[in-house]
Amino acid sequence: MRCDIVLAGVGGQGVLSISAIIAAAALEEGLYVKQSEVHGMSQRGGAVQAHLRISDSPIGSDLIPRSRATMILSMEPMESLRYLEFLSPDGTLITASKPVLNIERYPDLDQVLDSIRRLPYSILVDADRLARESGAARSTNMVMVGAAAGLLPIEPAVIERFILKKFRNKGEKVVEINLKAFRAGMEAAVCAPT
Amino acid sequence: MKEQVLLGDEAVALGAVHAGLTAAYAYPGTPSTEITEFLIRYKERYGSPHAAWCANEKTAFEEALGVSMVGRRALVSMKHVGLNVAADPLMNSALLSIEGGLVVAVADDPGMHSSQNEQDSRFYADFAHLPCLEPTDQQEAYEMTREAFELSEWYRTPVIIRLVTRLAHSRAVVHLSNPVEERPLRKTTNRAGWILLPANARKQWQSLLDRENDLQERSDNSPVNHLDLNKADKSLGVITTGIARNYYFENLDDLSCKPSHLHIGMYPPPLDKMRKLAAHVNTLLILEEGYPLLERQIRGLLPRAKGDLVIHGKMDGTVPAAGELTPDIVRKSLGLEIPQGIRIDGLPLATRPPQLCAGCPHCDTYNALTHAMEGLEQSVVTADIGCYTLGALPPYSTIESCVCMGASIGMAKGASEAGYRPAVAMIGDSTFLHSGITPLIDAAAGNTDMTLVILDNETTAMTGGQDPLIPSSRLEQIVLGVGVDPNHFHVLPAHPKKVDQLAGILRTEMEHKGLSVVIAVRECIETAKRKKATAAATANR
Repeated sequence: MRCDIVLAGVGGQGVLSISAIIAAAALEEGLYVKQSEVHGMSQRGGAVQAHLRISDSPIGSDLIPRSRATMILSMEPMESLRYLEFLSPDGTLITASKPVLNIERYPDLDQVLDSIRRLPYSILVDADRLARESGAARSTNMVMVGAAAGLLPIEPAVIERFILKKFRNKGEKVVEINLKAFRAGMEAAVCAPT
Repeated sequence: MKEQVLLGDEAVALGAVHAGLTAAYAYPGTPSTEITEFLIRYKERYGSPHAAWCANEKTAFEEALGVSMVGRRALVSMKHVGLNVAADPLMNSALLSIEGGLVVAVADDPGMHSSQNEQDSRFYADFAHLPCLEPTDQQEAYEMTREAFELSEWYRTPVIIRLVTRLAHSRAVVHLSNPVEERPLRKTTNRAGWILLPANARKQWQSLLDRENDLQERSDNSPVNHLDLNKADKSLGVITTGIARNYYFENLDDLSCKPSHLHIGMYPPPLDKMRKLAAHVNTLLILEEGYPLLERQIRGLLPRAKGDLVIHGKMDGTVPAAGELTPDIVRKSLGLEIPQGIRIDGLPLATRPPQLCAGCPHCDTYNALTHAMEGLEQSVVTADIGCYTLGALPPYSTIESCVCMGASIGMAKGASEAGYRPAVAMIGDSTFLHSGITPLIDAAAGNTDMTLVILDNETTAMTGGQDPLIPSSRLEQIVLGVGVDPNHFHVLPAHPKKVDQLAGILRTEMEHKGLSVVIAVRECIETAKRKKATAAATANR
């Protein structure tokens, strides 16, 4: 079993924390994990990517080869397309639908969303709305973890345990919001047309 | 056996702790920063070993040398270009009789994710005649760091651990082994081995050259330099170093015939094993992350005769000479096809370069500078290494240079003395403390006609917000202390409401015929946010 995920987004969107939660849960399941990230210059509002590899056998490369990713999990629609060459033909692209417009030449959004919809397997999630409905816009990344959960080789209950662990220090309310966001993401992905 | 999930950087840090480390010193630099961040957190939690940021890589190295001199183990870490700053103590410490183990962890950045070049630190090891260990994964990073301390004390030499970005910043499970005790305090009794007067240095240099054979033998016998000959097939041999092996293994199953393989994790390289492999195969493929160090040695100078070994690598274009390796580059070099992947046509994706955060104090300083320069016929703005280098990009596009730590000040001085004025240097508070004071002394000595702007955000922001070494209010005393005229020295807040005032002062000082210094100060918004969150969390508890 191999699950190779390219995570994408814009610096500050919490791409690395998504990666950390999924990785911790996979380790709990006794799986091999390699989690590669880029720090420094690329974090400042620029394009950010991370590679997360999960397997039941030892993993060689920290980087995912082209056309091998099981999933692209993105916090931003245009960013999800930037790493398309990594996606396997039977892989799934899952992305939040709200754009981050911190650049001048953002392409036509409808065209971006259309390209995503036309892929063999894709799931667009209105993560921003679901996060707000869960109680905090900041829980968008937990919505996206939820959206990916159905395709991960990890029991959702294990992921929920790590969300609890991650936010316990911040009080019960924050835990509740993030769990709610996670579940909303799961539900949205199940209901999404692919 | 215990296990822990660690970044490559953190595996080096914990390896050092478990090797009985006494002290660790560093200057932050991507991708090496997390080594010392881990050690500082460790010290906060357990009380020891000592771990601290330093003014720059040279001072860090020298502090580590002092620890070694009195018999204890020390770690100094830095990014690849930091080793240039520490090159003086590095080259000379090679001639010392190291007492307590001294390990130099250097993280290279092939592909320049966050750096101004992609120099390969293995060349420094070769240049200084130092042993160098190069891990392929987090487990080896942990084990090799422990091994490096043993090597250092056995051969009485500093030992380099070379990491690259993709290992430094990748996380995996590491199996830990039993820690050893800290070394007792025992000052070296070998005075001649630490006083590099020419008479001593000549002897030390000779003994360094004499130990080369021992190191060579160690390398040939080392299990990390593993040779695996395919007796049945002589067509291809592959040499990998560092993480190139991971990419090679990733593709190995797709090869119809398994090549003979030599992996090199310790330098000086294992010459016997290299010769054995070369004698066994018809074609050799060399996969190195970084410059072609081994490839150059193996190719040599003289032309090859017909029927000789065919060599592929970076020097014949089989592998790109620039940038980092990837599983796909290695795949192609092995003659395997790369699947195309999904593509969509007709939708050009916009690039999304990094940018200054909304509300960043540097934005205000750059806005002020832009106003101040309006209407000037000519000007030159040199800058330095840090978040404020992003002033090179729109909407500011103000700065005109970024070379190395502290260069902005010296370059503005040079440009001014060549006759191009006004010359303005932009430098951050941490970069100023790192390498900016000495060129300011040069400028103050001659009252050079230039303006220095210190963008003081009270942190080392680009690498994640390390606290300043000294309160940044002391910058004022430093500037005045080197002899800058108090009438041409100003400290102002970098704030949207003060942009006009700052612009006015900058313009006046640019027109002043002599040295002027302006400090634009406001705390980094990311650091301020984090402090606020920490304070709130503490209050909640």
